[in-house]
Amino acid sequence: MTTNGDDAVEVVPVRHVGRYVAAAVVLVLVAMLGHTLISKVPTGQTACHVSAGVPTCHQVSNWRFSWNIVFHYFTTSQVLDGLLVTLELTVIAMTIGIVLGMLIAVMRLSHNRLMSSAAWVYTWFFRGTPVYVQLLFWFNIAALYQSVTIGVPFLHITWLHINIVAFFTPFHTAIVGLGLNEAAYMSEIARSGLISVDEGQIEAATSIGMTRSQTLRLVIVPQAMRVILPPTGNEVISMLKTTSLVIAVGGVTDLLQSVTLIYSANYEIMPLLIVASLWYLIVTTVLSIGQYYVERHFAKGALRTPPPTPIQRLRTDLRGIAGKFRSPRHATIKAAS
Amino acid sequence: MSVPMVEAHGVHKSYAGVEVLRGINLTVERGEVTCLIGPSGSGKSTLLRCINHLEKHDAGELRVDGNLVGYEARGGKLYERNDKQICAERSQIGMVFQRFNLFQHLTVLENITIGQVKVRSIASEDATRRARELLARVGLDAKEKNYPSQLSGGQQQRVAIARALAMDPKLMLFDEPTSALDPELVGEVLDVMKDLAKSGMTMIVVTHEMGFAREVADSLYFLDQGVIEESGNPREVLVHPRSERLRVFLSKVL
Ligand SMILES: Nc1ncnc2c1ncn2[C@@H]1O[C@H](COP(=O)(O)OP(=O)(O)OP(=O)(O)O)[C@@H](O)[C@H]1O
Ligand SMILES: [Mg+2]
Repeated sequence: MTTNGDDAVEVVPVRHVGRYVAAAVVLVLVAMLGHTLISKVPTGQTACHVSAGVPTCHQVSNWRFSWNIVFHYFTTSQVLDGLLVTLELTVIAMTIGIVLGMLIAVMRLSHNRLMSSAAWVYTWFFRGTPVYVQLLFWFNIAALYQSVTIGVPFLHITWLHINIVAFFTPFHTAIVGLGLNEAAYMSEIARSGLISVDEGQIEAATSIGMTRSQTLRLVIVPQAMRVILPPTGNEVISMLKTTSLVIAVGGVTDLLQSVTLIYSANYEIMPLLIVASLWYLIVTTVLSIGQYYVERHFAKGALRTPPPTPIQRLRTDLRGIAGKFRSPRHATIKAAS
Repeated sequence: MSVPMVEAHGVHKSYAGVEVLRGINLTVERGEVTCLIGPSGSGKSTLLRCINHLEKHDAGELRVDGNLVGYEARGGKLYERNDKQICAERSQIGMVFQRFNLFQHLTVLENITIGQVKVRSIASEDATRRARELLARVGLDAKEKNYPSQLSGGQQQRVAIARALAMDPKLMLFDEPTSALDPELVGEVLDVMKDLAKSGMTMIVVTHEMGFAREVADSLYFLDQGVIEESGNPREVLVHPRSERLRVFLSKVL
């Protein structure tokens, strides 16, 4: 190797044989799976038709995954109605969970021992029992209480009267059960966010005369959001799928329940489960994209340079790949003279 | 003669049974700069935090601008002030921290306007105008749209000073404002503080910058193990320390 003058020295990159083999194996597996997705299988039946007096027969074959049936049911009103119910349950239960969870987190961090103990017990109970059991519990709550009245005892003053039997319709049971359970998880997520904010921020806010609630609203919560959001996105996606447990209370026709009703009539179990799965996947995908942008918004100020958007990243990736093909096989560097 | 800005008589403070302040006596006159020096753990930060009521002192009398900190004396009794009154009191005392503590989620400009708008209920345009004036005063008018994480330590500390000044404080407390800075950034922050001292602001400065103390301070207190060990004119005390402890301390920091 000479390093005099302007000689360019050839640099031969290391070849990663193992990586090529692994990539080949993965590619073959993906191809096999892809093939089964679009393959057809014989049904064992033959179809005959007569043309010009001559009967011709051939084997009938079908998509292995019955795509025609999937496609047929994908946008039927029964499935779409179920999807709507699933979305409603997710949004309402998640809203209850986030609002109540935030409140419980603040209580948990309160200097008042009674408040923090109450919050701890709530989380302990709702995290410690299966959500399915809780749904069954709310479904049968009328066995314990027929009605709840809030007012001043002995004075016959009533502010709020709830008839438990009438209130706990299947839909209400579902959102109460899912929402209260979610609040326990959200409170832990919110708490971890709140305690992640540097104590100096609180001191600074206090020193300019902010009250405790102003400090919480204007300084702590906005900064805690950066920590709270990613796991909350996770919780939303998890809730979307957990709503399928409302089967426990019966009478709520969510997405899974709708396809169950359809396949119990026509026995096309797999295609209809695929219909439901595809819808869950689509909604999850949309949620993930939304989550990305919300997180980006709340990352303001936390990073010196904000991360690129997926589109920007795709553009850089493509440019990188294009660059690889354009440059010569062996990169060359100029030797120092 | 007007009442001093800060008066402490026998101020005590303990944390979980450990006495951190053991009878502090100190007087800060209006328009004066007072420097507070002393070894680590001697209680300097605790004293500042008691003065703006971030901590409650346990015993002794502590007055700011003639009023008792955290209490109101009426008819021979002391009534503890409520949260709202305490917040109002605090908003008139500016504090600058060692680690700047700028609000990370807000721009430089928003850091300076938030207190004016939310605590003092000043209209947003007026707050912005005032914030720009203060930024110009600390030499950072070009940075108003940046976030704190995009600034150098010295710049952040100057913004923090502007944030405190935006509340129109009658007293400014500085807790080691230059200790977290690279040596070449210390000067820019001290310059802003000297400028502030010249403008007649009453300041209490916890610092290890003996040059600043000698040049700017009207009086100097040496705090050791929770008591004021020595005090006086910095140009005398620093040159001819009377107590052995101060002599030892100065030999370490100078
Ligand atoms: N919240 C607290 N709880 C318990 N002890 C504390 C607390 N804050 C301070 N202390 C103790 O009080 C003593 C004085 O602390 P302080 O922060 O006032 O010292 P300092 O003089 O400012 O020191 P430094 O120069 O290191 O900042 C230290 O021993 C410290 O450990
Ligand atoms: Mg300190």
